Amino acid sequence: MDKEFFIYVLISCIKILIVFGVIQFMIISMIWIERKVMAHMQVRLGPMRVGPHGLLQPIADGIKLLFKEDIIPERADKLLFVLAPAMSLVPALITFAVIPFGDKVQIFGYSVDLVITDINIGFLYIFAVGSLGIYGIVMAGWASNNKYSLLGGIRASAQMISYELTLGISLIGVIMLTGSLSLVDIVNAQAKLWNIVLQPVGFFIYAISALAEVNRTPFDLPEAESELVAGYHTEYSSMKFAMFFMAEYANMITVSAIAVTFFLGGWQGPFLPPVAWFMIKLSCCLFCFIWLRSTYPRLRYDQLMHLGWKFLLPLSLLNILITGLVMVLKG
Amino acid sequence: MEAYLFYIMAAVAVVSAVYLIFEKNPVYSILYLVMILISIAVLYLLLGAQFIAAVQIIVYAGAIMVLFLFVVMLLNLSAKEELKDALSFQKIPAIVMGIVLLSAIGIILRSKIPLGKQGEYTSAYVHDVGNTQLIGKLLFTKYLLPFEITSILLFIAAIGAIILAKRK
Repeated sequence: MDKEFFIYVLISCIKILIVFGVIQFMIISMIWIERKVMAHMQVRLGPMRVGPHGLLQPIADGIKLLFKEDIIPERADKLLFVLAPAMSLVPALITFAVIPFGDKVQIFGYSVDLVITDINIGFLYIFAVGSLGIYGIVMAGWASNNKYSLLGGIRASAQMISYELTLGISLIGVIMLTGSLSLVDIVNAQAKLWNIVLQPVGFFIYAISALAEVNRTPFDLPEAESELVAGYHTEYSSMKFAMFFMAEYANMITVSAIAVTFFLGGWQGPFLPPVAWFMIKLSCCLFCFIWLRSTYPRLRYDQLMHLGWKFLLPLSLLNILITGLVMVLKG
Repeated sequence: MEAYLFYIMAAVAVVSAVYLIFEKNPVYSILYLVMILISIAVLYLLLGAQFIAAVQIIVYAGAIMVLFLFVVMLLNLSAKEELKDALSFQKIPAIVMGIVLLSAIGIILRSKIPLGKQGEYTSAYVHDVGNTQLIGKLLFTKYLLPFEITSILLFIAAIGAIILAKRK
């Protein structure tokens, strides 16, 4: 009993470390990929100087940010100003605790689930944690004592609350089809057919809401540089700024992983090992983020609210209704 | 282990509650309230009520408190503005009621807590079926009428809010 418990704790810790490490690595590589892909889409070369094809650019950026002077504004609220970057990064990282990235594997005779923990309220956990991520941004905006930051923070809170609603409701169709809130069950249920085939509208709504939820172009109003300097992180410098940057990328990875799990069959796929399939699908989703960023201009604020409340919300409710109707008719 | 976690989270909740009241800055008060809500969510988890714990965080900490924060930031209330106590006559009744509450708690602590008969839903049964599934089932069978009435109440409140906001 005791030994089993010890092994369980050990395996969990190893899994957490690996997932954490992989996410950090993905964040770093995403920064390079984003600059490179966007550059090529705009017929530029992008970073070329540091390493072959600028491969070492993220490391150079990281070192630069580490050695920059860390400025805290005189009239800022010191405690919250320091806490805010951590408050926005942590929720993005701990969502991964319930996302399955592979099938069961046998290691040294122990069967290990490739998910940090499978809880029967996985879906609710994701949204509980995700809904806390907003505090970091809002606090940063308020604590900086700067009007641009404050406006960015206010915009972020309004936007994220509006889109969190449709984000949650768009996934309910999948929950209804699966009959379980556990993410492992949801992936297992997609062995034959991916949910995107059954829930195309749900996926469409999820994709738009996720884009708005992580404040990426065309929904990057909280940090709109042409109006708000840099929005909520105007006053941040050095590693604190880097943490906001990392939080944005971590959030992107998280919502992509949720999209893969709920709509794209999770780790299911032929020939290749499950983990490889998960990473391939995740990379495709992340590429779409970059693609959209270099394609669309930013929305106006009223357009953003109209889209969320008058189009996406009714559509997502209709989606639930139709899903339920079809399920009842098919028995 | 669970007992220790209970004491820690209960202590966090109580200390945050005290800070919530004595804090002059409304933004900090809201953050202390969020801390209370999260620590209470952990207490729900310890009781095996995962659904309530998650909903507590989603609805209260994630949505309602963010709206509070939104309003406070829009009004830009700061600590310097001394908020005048409009209800100063409350002070003496409040102290009296506080003493009554404390003595009531004292009496309850000293007396034996009567235990009723064990119900249908033991923690083992809930664990087997799943907390969320059971709540869903009961809401749409046994408690259907109260559930629907609640939804109508919330609907009316939402309509009322829209009418009030549109009036000007």
